[in-house]
Amino acid sequence: MQQSFVQPEFRVKIDYDKCHKCGRCVQQCGWGVYDFNERPVPHDEKCRACHRCVTFCPAHCITIEKNTLAFRDNDNWSTDARKAVWKQAETGGVLLTSMGNPKPYERIFDKLLLDACQVTNPSIDPLREPMELRTYLGRKPDNVEIVPDGNGGFKLAEGAGVHHNIKLDTPIIFSPMSYGSVSLNVHRSLAMAAERCGILMNTGEGGLHEDLYPYQDNVIVQVASGRFGVSPEYLQRGAAIEIKIGQGAKPGIGGHLPGEKIDREVSATRMIPQGSDAISPAPHHDIYSIEDLRQLIYALKEASGYKPVGVKIAAVHNVAAIASGIVRAGADYVYLDGFRGGTGAAPAVIRDHIGIPIEIAIAVVDQRLREEGIRNQASIIAAGSIRSSADAAKAIALGADVVAIGTAALLALGCHLCQSCHTGKCSWGITTQKPELTRRIDPEWGAERLTNLVHAWSHELQEILGALGVNAVESLRGSRERLRAVGLDEQTCRILGVKPAGL
Amino acid sequence: MKPASIAPPAGVIEGYRYVAPAVECDGATVRMDAQGVYFQQLNDAVREEIASGAKLIRLSNVNGQRYIGTGLRVSGVKIEVEGTAGNDLAMFSDGIEIEVFGNGQDGVGNTMSSGRIVVHGDAGDVLGYGMRGGSVYIRGDVGYRVGIHMKAFEKLVPVLVCGGKARDFFGEYMAGGMLVLLGINARDDSQPIAGGFLGAGMHGGVIYVRGSVEPWQCGAEVAIATVGEEHMAELRPVIEDYAKAMGMDAEDILSQPFTRIAPMSHRPYAKLYASM
Repeated sequence: MQQSFVQPEFRVKIDYDKCHKCGRCVQQCGWGVYDFNERPVPHDEKCRACHRCVTFCPAHCITIEKNTLAFRDNDNWSTDARKAVWKQAETGGVLLTSMGNPKPYERIFDKLLLDACQVTNPSIDPLREPMELRTYLGRKPDNVEIVPDGNGGFKLAEGAGVHHNIKLDTPIIFSPMSYGSVSLNVHRSLAMAAERCGILMNTGEGGLHEDLYPYQDNVIVQVASGRFGVSPEYLQRGAAIEIKIGQGAKPGIGGHLPGEKIDREVSATRMIPQGSDAISPAPHHDIYSIEDLRQLIYALKEASGYKPVGVKIAAVHNVAAIASGIVRAGADYVYLDGFRGGTGAAPAVIRDHIGIPIEIAIAVVDQRLREEGIRNQASIIAAGSIRSSADAAKAIALGADVVAIGTAALLALGCHLCQSCHTGKCSWGITTQKPELTRRIDPEWGAERLTNLVHAWSHELQEILGALGVNAVESLRGSRERLRAVGLDEQTCRILGVKPAGL
Repeated sequence: MKPASIAPPAGVIEGYRYVAPAVECDGATVRMDAQGVYFQQLNDAVREEIASGAKLIRLSNVNGQRYIGTGLRVSGVKIEVEGTAGNDLAMFSDGIEIEVFGNGQDGVGNTMSSGRIVVHGDAGDVLGYGMRGGSVYIRGDVGYRVGIHMKAFEKLVPVLVCGGKARDFFGEYMAGGMLVLLGINARDDSQPIAGGFLGAGMHGGVIYVRGSVEPWQCGAEVAIATVGEEHMAELRPVIEDYAKAMGMDAEDILSQPFTRIAPMSHRPYAKLYASM
């Protein structure tokens, strides 16, 4: 075989003085880094720096270092750019990667700061006073009709109020990740956590495994272009239905779940043959226009007894007009996925160079829907990427109703962001279907960690709201006056509808 | 309570009225007059009648109402449609039998799980998209993107037979099941039996075409072959069933040779990528 020019990215260092020679690292590594010949012998080129071996080494004698191999400095031809060319010259392939865009584009969330009350109006202590995070996902009525209650007061008129909305205990939900791209134990963990937190998980486009039926009231079922696992039963089980048009990590392209990830259970859930590729075409071939989208939305409503139907799109240049069309087509929510959103597999060239930031997308969509007087007709879910409760609070202040977390949820389950989901060999048992790896996630353990994360972020959101002097997340929604920008240019501030700090 | 987005507006919507159809019951047979009735009222009435035990529902004066039979999960129930059924006929359906005495429009049998649809006329685009079970028989011509991404799973093997000619993208992305194109009951003799991109991206299932197709009409992922005896064993019962449903002569249909189009790989894109 020809010698590859691409040198290992990492160096696996073992302190053999401390090493127990127990072979735990050999057993833990999903990438096959280690041979064992009286002691573990690492093959650096296979290492993904996922730290599974490091975490489980009883002697703490393993460390992973960057391969610091020097290249002649060249700001234009980065080491990664050189390696990519060599790789493609060797293989002729489209470079495939996973998880979100890692490139150093500007992170707008990190240039936005929230307000707080001082002196002139009191802040609120959420530990001792009520602080409402409850959020309703779905269409809100155009007006509120009230009638006298007979006791000198008023009550909602019969039939007035919200209908077909989903009550969320906190404005944080789990983003769509399909069974197939992640393991069934990940799906179980997400579903159990969603039920405990009073929120939603999302099947992604891989169908709903029957083990999740008990949690179906906390599940959004997704309909994507491949229509995998979509049956009337599937539509009738979900709490809401989501039409997936696009994904922030790969706007405008479809997906291929490789045949080797399609085992018996995945094939049964997707209702496709074992071992052949699951190909999701780039577009839905029954949606070539907003009118077609409306037709599908109402087909799904007809088939499900008028459940809420949302539409997920990638944040792209013309996102405001597209979102307006989606709302006018009858969607109950619009899910915006920013260009940093994660993926189980995407061509690097697409992931790293297409789309727009979620912060901009939220602001322009919220603004456009308000200007058109249709903001009440649909909720906005924002994702891609929400890294903390602070990002969530800023997204809500920019105009989102709810945020969705995918990467953060996987991090809670052990993901170390090694960007190798597409290999199907995840050592943490998350993005793999190999039974010896998937059993590493106990759903009960996973659900507890996810519940902890959502609860922790919810407490933090309450603290932020208290500092802002408001007692409900409703009062922060779209309240861009409570944001200030530091170091953003004037044009971006104008687009965001946010003043620079000091004004 | 209906959601506000479809609350009854006064008067006419899209040429239809927001009224329940006139219903006549005769045992398990129900007649409904769909004249001018909005799709929602029509389909609500159909669902109600099925829930209360109807086995045969005859819809008369249908004129483009959408979603007839959409999302229905029943077996042993038949809907007969007189007129032109609207878009997404039997979409997401699982077990219903529908016979249309007229034309179908776009999306007939879209993402259908099982059941049987017979259309004694032409049908439009995206016929049988994502279909994974049951059978759809069309007497005449069909539009673009027919049988896209049809798939199969274990006992669920969808069959779609078109008696006339098809436009571009017939069987694109096809992952399972059987598509049959006869070219007999066509409106235009000067057209080729199929457009371009036939079976493009196909990675499962099989397409049978009565007569032949040229390589330029087909996608790069398929192989074109003549039909041998072993293949006639799977095609013959389908043609016989179709001929019976359409009142045609099966031997007549089978009197000409067929061409078989099948994918060269179940994983057409396996070598496209290089892992980072």
